[in-house]
Amino acid sequence: MAEATLTKKDFQSDQIVRWCPGCGDYAILAAIQSVMPNLGVPKEKIVFVSGIGCSSRFPYYMNTYGFHTIHGRAPAIATGLKLSNPDLQVFVVTGDGDGLSIGGNHLLHVLRRNIDVKILLFNNKVYGLTKGQYSPTSDLGFKTKSSPMGSLDQPINPIRIALASEASFVARTYDANIKHMTETFEKAAAHKGSAFIEILQNCVIFNKDVFNDIYERDVRSDHMVHLEEGEPLVFGAESDKGVFLDGFSLKTGSLEAPPAGQLLTHQPNQESPIYANLLAAMEYPQLPLPVGVFRKVPRPGYEAGVQGQIAQARTKQPDDSLQTLFHSGDTWEVK
Amino acid sequence: MESATIRFSGDSGDGMQLTGTQFTNTSANFGNDISTFPDFPAEIRAPAGTVPGVSGFQINFSTHDIHTPGDRPNVLVAMNPAALKANVADLEDGGLLLINSDAFTKVNLKKAEYEVNPLEDGSLDRFRLIPMALTELTHRAVEPTGISKKEADRCKNFFALGIMYYLFDRNLELSLTWIDKKFGKVPDIKEANRLALLAGYNFADTTEIFADAYQVPAANLKKGNYRSLTGNQAVAMGFITASKLAGRPLFYGSYPITPASDVLHELARHRHFGVQTFQAEDEIAAVCAAIGAAYGGHLALTGTSGPGICLKAEAINLAVMTELPLVILNVQRAGPSTGMPTKTEQSDLLQAMYGRNGSSPCVVLAPATPGECFTFAIEAFRLATKYMVPVFLLSDGYIANGAEPWRIPNEADLPKFEITYAESQENFQPYSRNNHLARPWAVPGTPGLEHRIGGLEKAHLSGNVSYDPGNHQLMTDYRAMKVRNIREDIPGLEIYGDPEAETLLVGWGGTYGALFTAVQNQNKQGKKVAGAHFRYINPFPANTAEVLARYKRIVVAELNEGQLDFLLKAQFNIQTHTLFKVQGKPFMVREIIDFLNAL
Ligand code: SF4
Repeated sequence: MAEATLTKKDFQSDQIVRWCPGCGDYAILAAIQSVMPNLGVPKEKIVFVSGIGCSSRFPYYMNTYGFHTIHGRAPAIATGLKLSNPDLQVFVVTGDGDGLSIGGNHLLHVLRRNIDVKILLFNNKVYGLTKGQYSPTSDLGFKTKSSPMGSLDQPINPIRIALASEASFVARTYDANIKHMTETFEKAAAHKGSAFIEILQNCVIFNKDVFNDIYERDVRSDHMVHLEEGEPLVFGAESDKGVFLDGFSLKTGSLEAPPAGQLLTHQPNQESPIYANLLAAMEYPQLPLPVGVFRKVPRPGYEAGVQGQIAQARTKQPDDSLQTLFHSGDTWEVK
Repeated sequence: MESATIRFSGDSGDGMQLTGTQFTNTSANFGNDISTFPDFPAEIRAPAGTVPGVSGFQINFSTHDIHTPGDRPNVLVAMNPAALKANVADLEDGGLLLINSDAFTKVNLKKAEYEVNPLEDGSLDRFRLIPMALTELTHRAVEPTGISKKEADRCKNFFALGIMYYLFDRNLELSLTWIDKKFGKVPDIKEANRLALLAGYNFADTTEIFADAYQVPAANLKKGNYRSLTGNQAVAMGFITASKLAGRPLFYGSYPITPASDVLHELARHRHFGVQTFQAEDEIAAVCAAIGAAYGGHLALTGTSGPGICLKAEAINLAVMTELPLVILNVQRAGPSTGMPTKTEQSDLLQAMYGRNGSSPCVVLAPATPGECFTFAIEAFRLATKYMVPVFLLSDGYIANGAEPWRIPNEADLPKFEITYAESQENFQPYSRNNHLARPWAVPGTPGLEHRIGGLEKAHLSGNVSYDPGNHQLMTDYRAMKVRNIREDIPGLEIYGDPEAETLLVGWGGTYGALFTAVQNQNKQGKKVAGAHFRYINPFPANTAEVLARYKRIVVAELNEGQLDFLLKAQFNIQTHTLFKVQGKPFMVREIIDFLNAL
């Protein structure tokens, strides 16, 4: 029986949290811990699987089952765990280096298989644990100890990677807004199949305030657009601006004197990924940065497929005795 | 005749593996002891007619117990010039050489880089050369079915098989039934293959090309039911059996690789046993998924060949650190890097022992025959789950693809092993240990056991992350001790051969057949030689030091540059004579005998 009265506290482990003071990870941890009691899943059925990096310390701070694995491989380990035990609610915690660099391949495949795991990718656009090298999401020209003259690597956008991997649930949230994180995590947990969530996270040591231009309280409403299902894409302190589709491109304009084109209404359920990709391509400062659920579509789950094949095979060949196994093929008797 | 060795050889598209398998099954069914050695190119279709594209299948069948596919064939079937070129050096002097003379065209001779037609220059005089117009004869035989010329061409392997069946006085029944089953849906092809097989047989009979049919009487095998089994089939069956015995589902994470892919195929066919096969995106994901499944309480397995092990090394270490039961199958192949994927070697032993960062003890097992692949698959899981430790199972391309008759066991005779998971409790200590030092297997989903594991060093008992110097020493010692203590749980090293011997021939894994036969042979000559063969390498059996100390002279033979030799010298401080071979080929019995005689 699930204890009906679990609270946030039940999910806090006895380990001292060792992130740097001021790190965005604290807020994410708090948001996750507060969401846990609302999932309706008993604590013993929850598992946090992580790779390597600052964010991947996460499982130690959760009083659930946890597996701090090796660099980049958490999605693969979570896949095996889910296949062996489809009842579990499995979260994968990863970062921009862990998930998009060394583990990029596994991220692609866990999403395309639609394994029912919830992937939290903490994007701080830098390597924290190894002390500040540029990552796959770092901006061009980003100067670090390993790129003293600036990074030459074209950054990639995690949301677009997830969409290209056929992810069935794709969202973005940010560490400066506990309420938004909580809502997003709850939606992800309720989704059947893979859920991918990019979390903009502030690394105060190596990439301090990299998102401040976007998500600081005083600029947030002008520099972000919150995606709400069925609602128009409206932003601005007075909710007076909108995102318009004009030909193949998006632009912003005032609602009072709308520009040419059509004001978009958010439809994350579209089967076609075209719309979600259009939103995913929105980058600040050219356009406000979208946060919320980009895409949420039903797709068959892999675990069910595996179980289905086993059941089907068993119907066809109900005899699973060892003697039958041994005698399959040509046999002969020596007397 | 007490035994005979035939090698079928032809282009990789000529169906030689199929022909060899048919002959094997028929002979096994007849009651011969058998041993086979398929040898095929890495490319599915290397350029037709060239030497690299040659595919061969050797079978040794006997009225006695045999242990190898035979050094040199007595009979060679060569379907084209390239096959002749690639194989003729192995044929014994006076051996029977059956040739498809239709294939000896100018073009084919050139492809095989023959300047002069070897059928005409006397170079084959030391053999009993029988050239036959196999293509032409097959075409005529299948004419009534009206199939195309190309389809008719593809029947000539059955014509050749028919000839061999006549020559060794075999019954056609089994192959005819097989053809019916295999081609039942395409009646004209079925009919054509039947006709080709029968025509080959009748042709050999009526034309009296052979003075006599040879008799290789049935062997005196132990009573029981038998089937023929390759090492890859045996290992797959062993894993499924382990899963049934343990009452836990099997999870196989793998990525396609020669020569291990057949294990994936074999297991994928057995979903009705609850087997999950997961074809991962790469070798790393394959082992990681298996580790995830082990954490989830399944019997978890990953399988590959040497290059795949390189990629899996970091993850295997995670299983060492988290002390999860994981079985790693390595069907060894030849060479570093890509090497020679379809050829055999034993050069991944030290990789299994030491190929990871830090002190990383794993159990290492090596079955000696195709049949032992079955028992050692079960043993690997017994040890992995009992001691909570990764176990390497080192097979090789030779025993993986070679077949031998396998006496079907009674279920009651199979080893039993029980799996226990940690049960709900207060103050659970994930790194507490039982009397054989295994930590509890605590499966997510069990209330009250919520705990965290990972690759960082763990504190004794609590399993919390620990950088404490004394704790690291303690945990390193525990991990080593746990594996070392397994020697009390495994059989001692056995000696075969002359009990008064002063020379001990030592080997491990898939070379057993050749080594055993060499010792037998030496003993028959009155030479005082004995043999000892390692199936357990980490840890070595408890009596190893004592056994080795009994002999004046120790000869280590292995298909690498001295890896077992290195381990024995390091652990037991012995002097050895060594016979090493790295040619992508198994030992020939002759080579071992010559080496022993020259000592
Ligand atoms: S280095 Fe950056 S990401 Fe890592 S804990 Fe410190 S602030 Fe957080």
